[in-house]
Amino acid sequence: MSQAQNGQRMSGADIVLESLKRIGVNVVFGYPGGVVLPLYDRFPAHPEVRHILVRHEQGGGHAADGYARAAGRLGCALATSGPGATNLVTAITNAMMDSVPTLFVTGNVARNLLGKDGFQEADITGITTPIVKHNYLVMRAEDLAYTFSEAAYIATTGRPGPVHIDIPKDVFQEETAFVWPERVVIRGYDPSPQPGPAQIARAAAIIDAAERPIIIAGHGVILSGASAELRAFAEKTGTPVLNTLLGLGSIPTDHALAYGLLGMHGSYEANHAASTADVVIGIGNRMDDRALGRFADFNPTAQVVHIDIDPAEHGKNITTVAPIVGDAKLALAALTAAVAQRTHVPWIRWIDDLRAEHAHSMAIPSGPELSVQQVVSRISAVNADDTVIVTGVGQHQMWAAQHMRFTHPHQLITSGGLGTMGFEVPAALGAQVARPDAAVWSICGDGGFQMTLQELATMVDEQLPVKMAIMNNGYLGMVRQWQELFYKDNYVSVAMSQPDFVKLAEAYGIMGLRVTGPEQVDDAIRAANAHPGPVILDFQVQAEGNVWPMVPAGAALRETVEAPREQQEVAR
Amino acid sequence: MKHTMVALVEDRPGVLNRVASLFRRRGFNIDSLAVGTTEEAGISRMTIVVEDEGAGGIVDQVQRQLYKLIDVVRVEQLTSAEAVMRELALVKVRCTTEQRHALLDLVGIFRAHVVDVSPTTVVVEIVAAEERLSAFIANVEPYGVLELVRTGRIAMLRGERTTAQHPPVGEAEPDEVQRFHHESGRRPEGDLPYVSD
Repeated sequence: MSQAQNGQRMSGADIVLESLKRIGVNVVFGYPGGVVLPLYDRFPAHPEVRHILVRHEQGGGHAADGYARAAGRLGCALATSGPGATNLVTAITNAMMDSVPTLFVTGNVARNLLGKDGFQEADITGITTPIVKHNYLVMRAEDLAYTFSEAAYIATTGRPGPVHIDIPKDVFQEETAFVWPERVVIRGYDPSPQPGPAQIARAAAIIDAAERPIIIAGHGVILSGASAELRAFAEKTGTPVLNTLLGLGSIPTDHALAYGLLGMHGSYEANHAASTADVVIGIGNRMDDRALGRFADFNPTAQVVHIDIDPAEHGKNITTVAPIVGDAKLALAALTAAVAQRTHVPWIRWIDDLRAEHAHSMAIPSGPELSVQQVVSRISAVNADDTVIVTGVGQHQMWAAQHMRFTHPHQLITSGGLGTMGFEVPAALGAQVARPDAAVWSICGDGGFQMTLQELATMVDEQLPVKMAIMNNGYLGMVRQWQELFYKDNYVSVAMSQPDFVKLAEAYGIMGLRVTGPEQVDDAIRAANAHPGPVILDFQVQAEGNVWPMVPAGAALRETVEAPREQQEVAR
Repeated sequence: MKHTMVALVEDRPGVLNRVASLFRRRGFNIDSLAVGTTEEAGISRMTIVVEDEGAGGIVDQVQRQLYKLIDVVRVEQLTSAEAVMRELALVKVRCTTEQRHALLDLVGIFRAHVVDVSPTTVVVEIVAAEERLSAFIANVEPYGVLELVRTGRIAMLRGERTTAQHPPVGEAEPDEVQRFHHESGRRPEGDLPYVSD
């Protein structure tokens, strides 16, 4: 790779591209416009930075997010000022809520026009301040190199997150000496990866005394690459492991101690185990309401041990007796060394008995109609273990979390915190760019798919063989489920007419398959895999399936319900 | 209950917005906020008085959230036992020549100062802890308060200790932290291309 010399004079645009190379960004998902033209003008001179032209800035933002999650490295999106920049807002918020290391670069109007409400000006740093880990408005070309270096450091260390850099048009054009900083020093930023020994000792004592311990493993385990450490810790302490939605894949689904998803659509046994445990060990999770239910009644008697690199998560939602501030990988290694070898046979048997008694609540419908549960479990079964699974948000997402096998970290890419419909298409695009040799399957809602389907054209341009499985039930399924259960079947604005997805695929010049019955599922999946390009599969699934079990919003985990009638009793 | 927090922040554009935005977003109530320069170039000092209406614990959460802001260098909670706390107010009071003597008595009792006099008004400057300041205002109220401005609380630790005891530039990261980031490839070092996995 050609590298600029320190001190070499160049334009701000060249410094941006040179800096991207230095921080390891070799793919940018972008969309050009007036003020970023000086930057685009210089892309051909820096072939190491691949620019992927998306069809909407939101798509570019989610693609950078999907790229970052699939690759485990920094993702980058680029947009012009004004509408280009504001179109990134959803994607930035999504990356913030899910702690995804991302860099968002926007252009802005020239410095003399800032604050004058000129054409395509938006106060984008003002807009992004509450939704980024940090942001910058760079007013001098000489500050660009340091800013990019610092931005990458902030985005990828500590609790990762989005960093946004806004650059006025004439800063791209200004010429100055390129000086790459030797190191980054930020006195107000301490990523604290190393946990304190006192915190470890305190947590170890609590864990050693536990009779019914449970682990809740979250996204932090995956972000810190701590899957092996998680397994070692769980095995040494004999502790069953539950996952938050974003924690799926941190321990293989078929591991003896893995008990899957907890929370609003977690299994009956997982939710009851979490609320019955005497020690709850949260690892890299943020004790979210969707995972824990009503905080006050989550498990008032349990002692909570909580490993998180962000101290603001400790005690934010539930009382935590033993917080551990640190990187999950380092903290788990230290904790595993400090705890005693234990087994908890009666406790695990109790959970296993619950699982057996309540298996019906997660049974895959066997009816003549196609069900989402069936489709997603077949996609898991037919594909290789390391297939990347991307989902949208809603019923299909929950069914994917319940019924698919996750054996690798970075395998499931889904919008958790923000719950962004429309994530599924562009994020899958980004994931495929990050992992060109992996199979990428996107489980799409028919609603979410239509929010961002413009990125099909990007997939065609870039020859990205993403397989998009649309769960087509003609409804916004999760909204319909809530209207059925909590609004007395009063269906308002949830039935959607759909385009002919197969014809839509043809219009984009990609393969389209329609699947109407259970007997066609496996063949369709294999046909999609055999095709070298992107494929849309229109799975026509039952219209009014509901996701069970369910913890109604605002209820406690131990109030997990498994069937509609029981649901109505709870509602009353 | 009111809590006094002192935040040392990088003196950069937008830092006040970041802090204010955080308080708004998290629903923390700011009772007063005073910002100014410090003994150290490039560092501003914010004294924030936070109202904690709930069962407590909010202040710790405020402190942790503040620390998440990259521009915030140090946050400390100060109690009235260990710190001097003062507020300055200017009060414009309706005051005829006949009333002036009585008003000046009050000013003397409260160790305030008259900084402007006109035939019909007096402007009083008072520096005091909040309770004394409020008591003074209550006492001049009968004269007619035409205008009132208060700076909000500022605070400083008593004795040798200072809030400014933060790591100077260059020592912000212990060696083992640097090594960790370097080994996991998460740190731009020199001319090495940087990779995060």
